Amino acid sequence: MNCSEAEVLIHALIDGELDAGHAREIEDHVATCADCTQKLAAFRELRRAVIAADLKQRAPAALRARIEAALPVAPMPVRQAAAAATAPAPAPAPTVRRFDRRFFVGGFALGTALSGAIAATLVLGVLDDRREQMIAGEVVSAHLRSLQPGHLTDVETSDQHTVKPWFNGKLDVAPPVPELAAQGFTLIGGRLDDINGETAAAIVYRRRNHVINLFVAQAKGTEPQQPVSQTRHGFNVLHWRENGFDFWAVSDINAGELREFEQKFSATLRPGADGS
Amino acid sequence: MSPEGDAERTRRFREAALPHLDDVFTLAHYLMRNTADAEDAAQECFLRALRHFDSYRGPAMKPWLLTILRNVCKAEFARRSAQPLPPEGKEDELAGDDPPLWQEPQPSPEGELLRERDDDAMRHLIAALPAQFREAIVLREINDLTYREIADVLGVPVGTVMSRLARGREMLRERWTLEQGSAP
Repeated sequence: MNCSEAEVLIHALIDGELDAGHAREIEDHVATCADCTQKLAAFRELRRAVIAADLKQRAPAALRARIEAALPVAPMPVRQAAAAATAPAPAPAPTVRRFDRRFFVGGFALGTALSGAIAATLVLGVLDDRREQMIAGEVVSAHLRSLQPGHLTDVETSDQHTVKPWFNGKLDVAPPVPELAAQGFTLIGGRLDDINGETAAAIVYRRRNHVINLFVAQAKGTEPQQPVSQTRHGFNVLHWRENGFDFWAVSDINAGELREFEQKFSATLRPGADGS
Repeated sequence: MSPEGDAERTRRFREAALPHLDDVFTLAHYLMRNTADAEDAAQECFLRALRHFDSYRGPAMKPWLLTILRNVCKAEFARRSAQPLPPEGKEDELAGDDPPLWQEPQPSPEGELLRERDDDAMRHLIAALPAQFREAIVLREINDLTYREIADVLGVPVGTVMSRLARGREMLRERWTLEQGSAP
C-alpha cells in the first residue's frame, strides 16, 4: 500500500465499503504515514459535517400532489377513505330534475370530501412525523443508556439460539434474531428495554468496534414501511416496519452501513428473497 | 390488462416508489439546479418509472428511480443544448444567495441560525462542484447509495466511482476549509 492507493481507499474505508482485510491494510498504512493520518481525519470531519448538514430536501407538497394525480387509477388510501367517510353526504335530491341536481350536489360533495381528505392527510402526516421524531429521541436515549458499563446486554452470546428463547415469556412477541456475522454484523446479545413507555426487545449487534442496538416492538400499523433514516445527536437512526414489527436500528456507524445492516437483517426475514 | 390489474399495479408502484420522492427530488435539484426544473424532472421520472414498472426486477427501488431520474435530466440537457450538464458557474438558485424555496417550512429558532447557515454553506459548496463529482457526492452522501449502486446509476465501473468521490471530496474539503477560514 502506498500513498496514492491510500488516497482513494481511505474514502472506501470511511464509507464502510472495505472488507476486513482491506480495511486492516489501509489502517496499517495510515498508522505509519502522517500525511494519510491527517487526510483520513480531515475527510472524516468533512463527512460528519456533510451528514450533519442534513442536505436531503423534502419534495414540495404540490409536487407530491401532482405526481399522485398523474398516476392513473389512483385508489383512495385508507386514511383518505376514512376522512372521506366523515365528509357530509349529498343532500337527498327531489326526484324531479334528478339528474341535474345530483350532478351539482355530487360535484360539490366530491370537492368537500377531497379537500377534507387532503387536510386529513396533511395533519396525519405531521402527527406521524412528530411521533417518529419523538420515538427516535427515545431510541437514541435508550442506545446511550445501553452503552453505560454493564447495561448493554441481559443475555450475552453470539448464538441466536441462546438469545431468541431468552425473550420467550418476557414479551408478547417473539422477535427475529438472525445471525449476521457472515454479513459483517456480529450478534452479541439481547436485553429488554423501554421505548415510548412500552417494553421492547433490544437485540445487540457489533460492527467492528461499533454497537448497533436494534429495538423491536409489535408494529403500530399493519402496512409495511420503507426505512426512514434520521440523525439524532450524531447517531444514525433507521426505522422500518415489516412482518408485523416496528424496527428501530441505532448506532454511530454511518447511515450507509446502518442501511446495509437493515438490508442484511431484512433479507433474513424473507427466505424467498435469499438476501439478494 | 384489466382495470383491476392496472389499479393493483399502480398501488404497488405507489407503495414501492413514492417513499423515495424526497431522494429523487433532491438529486433532481442538484442536477437541474433550480426548483421548477427539478420538479418537472422528478414528475417525469415517476411517470417513466410507472411505464417501466412491469420490467422492474429490483433489487433496490431507490437506485432504479435515481437512474431514471438521471436519464431524464440528461435528456433534458441534451434537448436544450446538446451539452450533457449545465455550464459550471451558471447562475442558479442552489449556488446563489436566495433562500431556496424548500427551506421555508422550517421555523428557525435563534439557536439554530448558525447551524442553518453552516448547512446552507455546505449545500452551496456541493452545488458548485463540477457535475460528475457533484452527482457522485450527492448519490453517496445524501441519497446514501453504496458504491455498487452509484456505479449502476452512473453507468461507470466502481473504480471510477471511487476516484470521482476521492477527487470530489478533495475539492469539497479545500473549499470548505477556505469557507471556514473566512467565516466570522
